Amino acid sequence: MPKRTDIETILVIGSGPIVIGQAAEFDYAGTQACLSLKEEGYRVILINSNPATIMTDTEIADKVYLEPISLEFVSRILRKERPDAILPTLGGQTGLNMAIELNDSGILDELGIEILGTKLDAIHKAEDRDLFRTLMYELGAPVPESDIITNLEQAKNFVAKIGYPVIVRPAFTLGGTGGGICSNDQELEEIVTSGLKYSPVTQCLLEKSIAGYKEIEYEVMRDSIDNAIVVCNMENFDPVGIHTGDSIVVAPSQTLSDREYQMLRNISLDIIRALKIEGGCNVQLALDPNSFNYYVIEVNPRVSRSSALASKATGYPIAKLAAKIAVGLTLDEIVNPVTGSTYADFEPALDYVVAKIPRWPFDKFESAKRNLGTQMKATGEVMALGRNFEEAILKAVRSLETGHTHIELKHAEENSDNWIEKRIRKAGDERLFFIGEALRRGVTIEKIHEWSEIDLWFLNKLQNIIKMEATLADNVNNAEILRQAKRMGFADKKIAELWNTNPEAVYAYRKEQNIIPVYKMVDTCAAEFESTTPYFYGTYEDENESIVTEKPSVIVLGSGPIRIGQGVEFDYATVHSVWAIQEAGYEAIIINSNPETVSTDFSISDKLYFEPLTIEDVMHIVDLEKPIGVVVQFGGQTAINLADKLAANGVKILGTSLEDIDRAENRDKFEQALRVLDVPQPAGETAVSTAEALEIGKKLGFPVLVRPSYVLGGRAMEIVYNEQELEHYMENAVEASPDHPVLVDRYLTGQEIEVDAICDGENVLIPGIMEHVERAGVHSGDSISVYPPQKLTDEQKATIVDYTTRLAKGLNIVGLMNIQYVLSKGDIFVIEVNPRSSRTVPFLSKITNIPMANIATKAILGQSIVEQGYPTGLAKEQKGVFVKVPVFSFAKLRRVDITLGPEMKSTGEVMGKDSTFEKALYKGFVAAGMEIKTHGTVLFTVSDKDKKEAIELAKRFNTVGYRIMATEGTAQSFKEAGVQADVVGKIGSKEKTLLEVIQNGQAQLVVNTLTKGKQPARDGFRIRRESVENGVPCLTSLDTAEAMLEVIESMTFTAEEMPKAEVVH
Amino acid sequence: MKKRLLILEDGTVFYGYAFGSERASQGEVVFTTGMTGYQETLSDPSFYGQIVTFTYPLIGNYGINRDDFESITPAIRGMVCRELAKEPSNFRSDLSLNDYLVSQDIPGIEGIDTRKLTRIIRSKGAVKAMLTAADEEVNIDEIVATLQATPLITNHVKEVSPKAAYPSPGRGKRVVLMDFGMKHGILRELNKRDCDVLVVPYNTSAQQILAWHPDGIMLSNGPGDPADVTEGIETIRNLIGKVPIFGICLGHQLFALASGAKSFKLPFGHRGANHPVKDLRTGRTELTSQNHGYAVDESSLANTDLEVTHVALNDGTIEGLRHKKHPVFTVQYHPEASPGPEDSNHLFDEFIELMESHVKEGKQHA
Repeated sequence: MPKRTDIETILVIGSGPIVIGQAAEFDYAGTQACLSLKEEGYRVILINSNPATIMTDTEIADKVYLEPISLEFVSRILRKERPDAILPTLGGQTGLNMAIELNDSGILDELGIEILGTKLDAIHKAEDRDLFRTLMYELGAPVPESDIITNLEQAKNFVAKIGYPVIVRPAFTLGGTGGGICSNDQELEEIVTSGLKYSPVTQCLLEKSIAGYKEIEYEVMRDSIDNAIVVCNMENFDPVGIHTGDSIVVAPSQTLSDREYQMLRNISLDIIRALKIEGGCNVQLALDPNSFNYYVIEVNPRVSRSSALASKATGYPIAKLAAKIAVGLTLDEIVNPVTGSTYADFEPALDYVVAKIPRWPFDKFESAKRNLGTQMKATGEVMALGRNFEEAILKAVRSLETGHTHIELKHAEENSDNWIEKRIRKAGDERLFFIGEALRRGVTIEKIHEWSEIDLWFLNKLQNIIKMEATLADNVNNAEILRQAKRMGFADKKIAELWNTNPEAVYAYRKEQNIIPVYKMVDTCAAEFESTTPYFYGTYEDENESIVTEKPSVIVLGSGPIRIGQGVEFDYATVHSVWAIQEAGYEAIIINSNPETVSTDFSISDKLYFEPLTIEDVMHIVDLEKPIGVVVQFGGQTAINLADKLAANGVKILGTSLEDIDRAENRDKFEQALRVLDVPQPAGETAVSTAEALEIGKKLGFPVLVRPSYVLGGRAMEIVYNEQELEHYMENAVEASPDHPVLVDRYLTGQEIEVDAICDGENVLIPGIMEHVERAGVHSGDSISVYPPQKLTDEQKATIVDYTTRLAKGLNIVGLMNIQYVLSKGDIFVIEVNPRSSRTVPFLSKITNIPMANIATKAILGQSIVEQGYPTGLAKEQKGVFVKVPVFSFAKLRRVDITLGPEMKSTGEVMGKDSTFEKALYKGFVAAGMEIKTHGTVLFTVSDKDKKEAIELAKRFNTVGYRIMATEGTAQSFKEAGVQADVVGKIGSKEKTLLEVIQNGQAQLVVNTLTKGKQPARDGFRIRRESVENGVPCLTSLDTAEAMLEVIESMTFTAEEMPKAEVVH
Repeated sequence: MKKRLLILEDGTVFYGYAFGSERASQGEVVFTTGMTGYQETLSDPSFYGQIVTFTYPLIGNYGINRDDFESITPAIRGMVCRELAKEPSNFRSDLSLNDYLVSQDIPGIEGIDTRKLTRIIRSKGAVKAMLTAADEEVNIDEIVATLQATPLITNHVKEVSPKAAYPSPGRGKRVVLMDFGMKHGILRELNKRDCDVLVVPYNTSAQQILAWHPDGIMLSNGPGDPADVTEGIETIRNLIGKVPIFGICLGHQLFALASGAKSFKLPFGHRGANHPVKDLRTGRTELTSQNHGYAVDESSLANTDLEVTHVALNDGTIEGLRHKKHPVFTVQYHPEASPGPEDSNHLFDEFIELMESHVKEGKQHA
């Protein structure tokens, strides 16, 4: 059927900020969808609040609105733009929920706007547990025994009927927020209570647990004339019980016979047909490993994380085609973009194995519960392709960038057999590595199967890997064994370890023996048809299909999995760099391991290598492609970390040289450079022992900022206020040694300022200066950034421009750099210089209309900033105010302390823009999901050092009509300062405690600034967690509180009595 | 592990490891893209005389079970895959694929670059090949010369068709099933619909078939070039117009030839479980299971009473035919699936309906 001509303008709803459960995959999907619709001639309007995305580039849609995805703002845009239709199925759960809200508000009917893709009743049928079960009964599809409950009593009744274990799934939440498996009354009470709170409709599904079943997923598509296909099926390594986003997943399924495969395929197609979805849909199924019994677990009536994975795993671009189907095109008339010669109406055939491993944030959140269950905790994922399972899984392991090159624990010998068993029985992020260790200790696969219920097929494959370790160790320098090991995906590093040599020697020996990888094409059809798709993976086979062209090429390293501290921003810069390289006339080659991203869409670059970002894997590609150089400054720390090893292998690092990168990152060299350049920095020294650190601390005066010198990005960074805390830090948080010194700096309280700059070696372009709302000490990624600066004087700005220029030139930067400053008592100090692309590049690029990654890339390739037609120095300030507000995923991570500090904790960000700071900030807060109420109750619990400031805030809250609640000490000091505060009991006290206040929803805002290391800290932690778990905004920085107060003040009128009239005679 | 060679007639040699039988074997090497269903594929008689390459690299994962065979004796000459599962895992698995192939005396080779092989087959078409042990006396040049000199076999159907008729009783419609190398799936589908089936050899005459008073005739799939099956073509020619006929795969081609059309050899055939077929009457597409090296030539339909009902979406070749005057319809693909998608399973219902309406009409005529 031809595309629809009765619609012209389509509004696409994006997915908003990156949170756990909703990550970069929706930038990939949204970007594809917008481009796909534009390709068909529609006018596309996009709304998304996330500035760090490619989809919000003005080239992607005809009009881009970087506004909050809330009823208020989307309605405003609908009224203004009057689109004919909206497409919500590519914006994740956020998009779907928005569509429902818009419909319920009546605006769609009022304006005559149609919903494309999936109709609302289908969304309801798939998402509403009751309707879903009814539909499944109609289709004859089995669903686990379950009941919908709206209170704890009903939950208990259900359990009384069917017994434990049961699974709790809150309705209408993403990533399973608030859900879990309960095996006893206590867990039931806890999980059901939180589940009901998280469900916007206060509804949970209680379900008989089918833990231990195989978990199988089908990605299906359907068009308006009822053609329906399966794009990919996937099998979870972990059996049912762990959220699929937290499971290791392989594609295609490995342990299903054709009969099982077709049985589940049939029901998946029946479901998408029954729901009449026009587009993509994800069906999750549970299959009994001992019979043909199966259950339908869940249906996502939209493009999902799994569909992004399926797209990258097969090459079949689901989102792109879903958008075309939404406007009426049918699968049989859309050409398969991969082969270019066949049609989209087919089911991809793979001739490789795909493995996906989630990337969890537990390296950042060491206190978090590492157990995995029905609530997703991963921030990102990696994917790897191989010609067998062993190769795929080992490649995926080393793509994780968690320090693993193999399926082994870092300090394996420290684990007792009991502990290993425990960690295999109860799934956690490191289960794969514990299994590796168990096998090495001689535990049988049958035993491990008994513990974990992981299919013996997978365990057998892992056993093969462990056996190969022994074979290698017994056969040093045996070329045939080496070849077999490489075919199994072993890294040179692991082989070197087993051979008692170094990876370089293994690499050299392999080259000599001609054991080098070839690159196979991902073509959707297992080579049945000729394809020209430039999408490759490496493996050890005979025939190489990646043909090197005559054109000079540049390799860009991507940023690997999304993790806290390295988000979608770096993919944004990577993609822009690729485009700039192409514009400059070179072939752009990208290497990356993240299936969620735009950069791993094969249509972005001239060639895509889906490979781990390790020196070995990258060097293989360099050896083949012989590029003019490698660009490392856009892929975050992942790429930068490879720079020295690449250079050591004789690879040209394009842009800022390795020595200069080192000068910015090495503490001593950096200090030297600053002295020469005459740029001040806070006083500080390096310590190699606890005693030395205490000495320095005393000298500098507390508080001091401490961090290990060998880790960047704020990890293990802390502000300590006294000797005791410093000692605690030195003993527990770091292992100081002469090789790993600890930096102790004076902590300057003050205004933090951030600058991104581009340098071509001679000229410096500063697109803008950003000011942080939170004082120095809060990680820049967790601070609210404001552009243009609201508080800086012209003179201070001039100083910043001067310092930035000096640093850029002095450090010989070619490309991008990011600098953090602190303004303390009128003086400006430099805190940190990053000789690479930063988190703020997309934000600033969008605001200033200066395509920073593009200009920087061209500068790297030799085109000066001036030649490119851009001015130098500080760019002219834009009108309006723009704020970047961080977004956290604390609700998903139990036991994580939400206090903001030098270590980054946010997962994403949103932008708010408007004519004034307050309006922009209001939008920022709304977009970040914080409700701002003009009246209510604010609960204060602040530390002594903050009381003075808190009093001022309390006064102002009081003035706008907020009630103040505080614990006794705080309330007392408030009272003394003339602020009325209701006293609530501390934790453990007899009267009503503040925890109850939070639980009962009696506070709309919590301000908490307790310090750590002492007893009140434990209380503070509980208060903070209680707020998160009850969805009450909890601000841990008085600056954020003040900013929010400013917004509230701007929204309300004061309520002050008239001044008493003085009698004038 | 023993080393083994796969030698192609163009001189390409693949060095891999042996599994299954230890004997050498020769045949036409083809590839199939199905990711599941190796047991059905191995036992599909349409692969008679062929060495089957699986493009999916891991084969044997779920072992061999008692249920999923499509014939009693596998007809393939050899098997090629990237990696054979040594330890299968599935609740139905009775033995490993290797043990099964040993028991059936079928040789296999693993560990080779099957994607490279697939690309050779894709570009060269039908390729004759030999599987042989990689011992010292192997003379590759000699083997290549032998391969080039060996003509392709032409007696496929005779080899796989039963020697005598046998019944598969039911209480429903009487169907005579002409077995040209039938997959059990076809019989299974008819039995499921309670048909009273009589399976007959490929060379049974029309007269003999009609003597059983069938309500319909089922023409099965089978191996090889349809033009070689002259007796079958003759029989079908004499059945058209007498009773409803439903043909699958080779049966479809034989019906076309019996109606005056011609067939041709496809460059590398359609083998797999993901082939889209468009139904020209509804405009809808179904995913089908396919296994054929020949197809009906569309230009040869000009002077026949045949009408194209289905086409392959990707290369436009004929996938389904209907007789304009008589109750006959045939498809090039496998509605019985096994292995592959079951989208077109409804064709068996249509066959039953066709037989029913024909009986009604017949009664009215009487």
